Amino acid sequence: MTKRNSKVEIELLKRILILDGAMGTMLQQYNFSEKDFRGERFKDYPSPLKGNNDLLSITQPKAIAEVHAKYFEAGADIVETNTFSGTTIAMADYDMEDLVYELNFESAKIAKQVAEKFTKANPEKPRFVAGSIGPTNKTASLSPDVNRPEYRAITFNELRIAYKQQVEALIDGGVDILLVETIFDTLNAKAALFAIEEVKEERNIDIPIMVSGTITDASGRTLSGQTVEAFLTSISHIPLLSVGFNCALGAEQLKPYLQRLSNETEFFTSAHPNAGLPNAFGEYDESPKQMQGFIEDYLKDGLINIIGGCCGTSPEHIKAIAEVAQKYEPRLIQEFA
Amino acid sequence: MAESDCKKYLTLSGLEPLVVTPESNFINVGERTNVTGSRKFLRLIKEEKYDEALDVARDQVEGGAQILDVNMDEGMLDGVHAMTTFLNLIASEPDISRIPLMIDSSKWEIIEAGLQVAQGKCVVNSISLKEGEAEFKRQAKLVKRYGAAVIVMAFDETGQADNYNRRIEICKRSYDILVNEVNFPPQDIIFDPNIFPVATGMDEHRRNAIDFFEATKWIRENLPYANVSGGVSNVSFSFRGNNIVREAMHSSFLYHAIKNGMNLGIVNPTMLEIYDEIDKELLELVEDVLFDRRDDATERLLDFAEELKAKGSTSTSKDAAVQEWRNDPLQDRITHALVKGIDAFIIEDVQEARLASKKPIDVIEGHLMIGMNVVGDLFGSGKMFLPQVVKSARVMKKAVAYLQPFIEEAKKAPKSPKGSFYWKTADPFLYGLMKEHAKTMRNKPTEAEALLWDVLSNKKLDNHKFRRQHIVGSYIADFICLKKGLIVEIDGLIHQLPENKASDEERTKWLNEQGYRVVRFTNDEVLSNLDDVLERLKEALEVSPLGTEGARYAGKILMATVKGDVHDIGKNIVSVVLGCNNYEIVDLGVMVPPEKIIETAIKEKVDIIGLSGLITPSLDEMVYVSKEMEKQNIEIPLIIGGATTSRAHSAVKIAPHYSNTVVHINDASRAVTVVGNLLQKDSEVYKNQIREEYNLFREQFMKRGKKKEYLTIEDARKNKFKIDWNTSEIIKPQQLGVQVIEDFDITKLEDFIDWTPFFRSWDLHGKYPAILTDAIVGEQAKELFTDAQVLLKRIFDEKLLKANAIFGLFEANTINDDDIEIRDEVGNTIDTFLTLRQQSKKAKGKPNLALADFIAPKATGKQDYMGCFCVSTGFGTQELAAQFEKDNDDYNAIMIKALADRLAEAFAEYLHKEVRTKHWNYAQNENLTNEELIKENYKGIRPAPGYPACPDHLEKTTIWKLLNVKKAIGVELTDSLAMWPAASVSGYYFANPEAKYFGLGKIKEDQIKNYAKRRDISEEEAIKWLSPNLAD
Repeated sequence: MTKRNSKVEIELLKRILILDGAMGTMLQQYNFSEKDFRGERFKDYPSPLKGNNDLLSITQPKAIAEVHAKYFEAGADIVETNTFSGTTIAMADYDMEDLVYELNFESAKIAKQVAEKFTKANPEKPRFVAGSIGPTNKTASLSPDVNRPEYRAITFNELRIAYKQQVEALIDGGVDILLVETIFDTLNAKAALFAIEEVKEERNIDIPIMVSGTITDASGRTLSGQTVEAFLTSISHIPLLSVGFNCALGAEQLKPYLQRLSNETEFFTSAHPNAGLPNAFGEYDESPKQMQGFIEDYLKDGLINIIGGCCGTSPEHIKAIAEVAQKYEPRLIQEFA
Repeated sequence: MAESDCKKYLTLSGLEPLVVTPESNFINVGERTNVTGSRKFLRLIKEEKYDEALDVARDQVEGGAQILDVNMDEGMLDGVHAMTTFLNLIASEPDISRIPLMIDSSKWEIIEAGLQVAQGKCVVNSISLKEGEAEFKRQAKLVKRYGAAVIVMAFDETGQADNYNRRIEICKRSYDILVNEVNFPPQDIIFDPNIFPVATGMDEHRRNAIDFFEATKWIRENLPYANVSGGVSNVSFSFRGNNIVREAMHSSFLYHAIKNGMNLGIVNPTMLEIYDEIDKELLELVEDVLFDRRDDATERLLDFAEELKAKGSTSTSKDAAVQEWRNDPLQDRITHALVKGIDAFIIEDVQEARLASKKPIDVIEGHLMIGMNVVGDLFGSGKMFLPQVVKSARVMKKAVAYLQPFIEEAKKAPKSPKGSFYWKTADPFLYGLMKEHAKTMRNKPTEAEALLWDVLSNKKLDNHKFRRQHIVGSYIADFICLKKGLIVEIDGLIHQLPENKASDEERTKWLNEQGYRVVRFTNDEVLSNLDDVLERLKEALEVSPLGTEGARYAGKILMATVKGDVHDIGKNIVSVVLGCNNYEIVDLGVMVPPEKIIETAIKEKVDIIGLSGLITPSLDEMVYVSKEMEKQNIEIPLIIGGATTSRAHSAVKIAPHYSNTVVHINDASRAVTVVGNLLQKDSEVYKNQIREEYNLFREQFMKRGKKKEYLTIEDARKNKFKIDWNTSEIIKPQQLGVQVIEDFDITKLEDFIDWTPFFRSWDLHGKYPAILTDAIVGEQAKELFTDAQVLLKRIFDEKLLKANAIFGLFEANTINDDDIEIRDEVGNTIDTFLTLRQQSKKAKGKPNLALADFIAPKATGKQDYMGCFCVSTGFGTQELAAQFEKDNDDYNAIMIKALADRLAEAFAEYLHKEVRTKHWNYAQNENLTNEELIKENYKGIRPAPGYPACPDHLEKTTIWKLLNVKKAIGVELTDSLAMWPAASVSGYYFANPEAKYFGLGKIKEDQIKNYAKRRDISEEEAIKWLSPNLAD
């Protein structure tokens, strides 16, 4: 059923692939001002733009390329495009819905160029680009208004249309993989997967899809209330490259859920946890060494095929993770007909 | 193709997964949420009574449905709208949405609408070849893309399959298209081969059941991984109105259908008899019909049904299962009562346990502790929540209170080992003889006895009183300390009458039962190593006496709300939870001075000290207590808790002062683990770990502190929040001066209650009202809420709490940047409020706020106004809580305080509204709902001293002076400036539309110095009050 013939799939059968770390954390270090975010092109844009990290792919493309390069240098095999909020739904915050296609296209192009440079330098270790598809800032199966539980701020169709646009732009920009990530509401993810299937059918192409959910706390459930197994059941109707978890928890806290996921799925598994849990000040302070230790526990138990970092992780973290991952065999996947 | 079959099962999901394996037996689909099958449900949907419609769904889930079928196909309904709305509502009810949905419609657009609002993997009910292959394929492809499984009806272009051959032909064709052309996973296919009625009187219906069974068997054998489902109640259609027959038919049909491979189905569980319990005669008649075994099968069943009708017994009763647990064995009943918090039968059960036990104390140590251990385990593993545990404790306390007199009685009069006589310490029957014997012995001590007596007599050993040659029952002890229940034997023998000799074992056992411990020394030990003997004796004396409270407990914990603070809800909850986990609690109550904490800790030999507090000055008080403890070389771990406490404060401000362990506990459920860790045998590891953790935390915190930049107070003032006073509208209050509201009708406050913090005080986290339906705590929250409503009603009906309020509105202007001058109506300054200004460096364009910025400066020449207030609903709380405590009802004792707090907040909200819309009347047209009030959508603010905008508690003294609060309404201030009664709120009123809530954050020494001058107090005192806000 699942074809395993894309380049990334071939690599995955050989070794554990390393995903990059946080983009936001890295961009913070540039201390970009409102002016920097605007650049020349948006200097008179009517709404404030500071904080619109996705926009930096247009206004500060060098910085974005630099971050990608740092992660590749650290040992990443896959970098994520700077498109976490690249849908009309999320961009509405900045009145930039019309820019969505360009943002995704440019982000994909930047990442792809850097990846190709690295691949050329070392063809033994091909590098890949995953188009990051975030959850948007609205939930399709939860009401934002406690007094109107039947109300929804967004519908499946609105999500499907927005995701479709993002997916098309990412593919046009040259991504190798689509990564539907930080899923806190499974219905949003299902809309994204629906859109991807439509694009695949219309263009008659195949492209590997990674799906990564988010277990929000120690209850072991997604924000929309599903258990690990229910989540997996709800997204397994599409042939996926991998399924995994990211964000919200540190590597240590994520392990039991990853274990359950690994037991249940025939897809490859992925994880990109945060650098620990936020401290009292909302900062992530797990050191690369500490995180490496927790990840090594995954590796010892053979839980993982793709591993990287989310909030608070840096190239140092990825380097530490890549170092230890080298020493272990990838998780064996159960082949089903 | 290497194929692993293990995952090829139909797998569905709601919030939880449902895997249909061969072991699943039969998956029951709930059918009542179907407008075509339930008139009631149809009516509820038509009338948009969604709450009741959800109850129908909930009943199905609770009744054991594993999938919920939802159908909105009715001519008068907008099916798409009804399906979307109802499924969205279900998504908000975790107790319903945990199971997968079956989206049931004959209209594709309704099915698609349902699929678009369900996050889980659903079942589509149904598609078929009825409209031709193209449409069938189109729908199947979409079902797959939406991630659902599908029911395929045995229906094609020519009609519904009504015999065996048509059934298998259509199913085979559908299967091949789905699997080979659409790539549909075969395990996600569920066939419905049509269940039709039998016993209709028509010959062509006679094989309806058999054909279904056989087609089911064929599908399961020939179409790999496919499932079979059906609507069972169809089969008994011709017996409507005769439930006994129908139930028997359903049950028998299901039994045989399952045997043939049907693994899902729509069955009303309340319309199902247990197969083995079907009347044998009836079963035979039914199965004759199902299997078409006799030509007259239908007639015979009809006759039987008529007979039943004539007897009038056509309905069954299934209501008798109430309180079935009352028939369980005694221990199970006691455990059940403790786990469920039911106190209705506990006395009865405990009495039974007492009569069956040797000693009343055994009931506590046996039956009740077994039950409480279950409670502890459930709580520890997150399966029980705090309010339940407190209820369990209530049951426990009631049980213990019942047993206490019996325990006392037993202590006074232990039974003689011979069984028949009672006495105080000595056996009266033998007393005369023994007295003589003892006297002789006393006069003839051995050398070792004489030596030991020399050091034990006259309380020489640590002030413990020893007696020698003392008679206990039928034994004579060499030495005994009665208070400690310690017997000292020299040379391995307790002297006894020769004719009453019992074995060592028997004797020790009996003495232990009576609450005595025995230590033995040899003559040699006493003579050659007296020091060692005395050390060992001292150790033995340290241990709590047997059979008294101490021995039962896992540890002794002192709990206190520190000096100056009156808030004890959290502390009481922790006490109850620890009590439930077998710790002995020494609760010193509220406003406990440090000396008393330390003195009691030493005297009671506690294992842990717990300090609690809610207001910010309590933080300093805790630091002070820890320093005092260090001074006195106390080595007892300290646990810290309460709303303003934090790990940061404990690590940075308390731990460095105290050499022993300091642990911060943020909620009651953590308390058990922490205390357990602290008291475990090898607790050093844990203690070192905590210390390291806090040291590290402190280092990081210190590093962080340095990152922040601050402005001087002068620069901060330059960057104040500027209101344009030329254009800002100032409204003069309708009535200036002070007004008192006494004995306010608190029933008016009900609508103003913000319930969310109420749940938080019970460790249930979530927003009201969503919390009532929360997946994890919802049920508990609902129960707690119901209990709260009951008590609230009592408070209202019986006027249990008294509420008073006072407020004043005054002329006011800001002077010297940060002070607000308050004047009476003739313009004399009567007092001054001192406000504090933010000093941390702000982003460009962001001001450094102080409350004074919201009042017009005197220099503008504009007359401005401000107000202040105090409300309390706490009068009577203490007495009520004490009454509940006396009745061993900690649950309601805590509840009353939590409710009083909510009412006080509601009163503050109410009064603010009254002031805004009447007394000051600057917002006369305001029309806000309670939610909007809670979200503070109103104009103007009412910040409270002691809270973020104004952390300075000393401002309360100004309010008290200005309004004469204590005399007027009876609310007092403690040493730490907490309000008493605790359920009180005080604060200021600012009316300017630009006024907003903010947090002061950290301030620097220069502002403290300046503030001390303005307040006319020493710098030290200023630091004492403001230290939580002082930047390091």
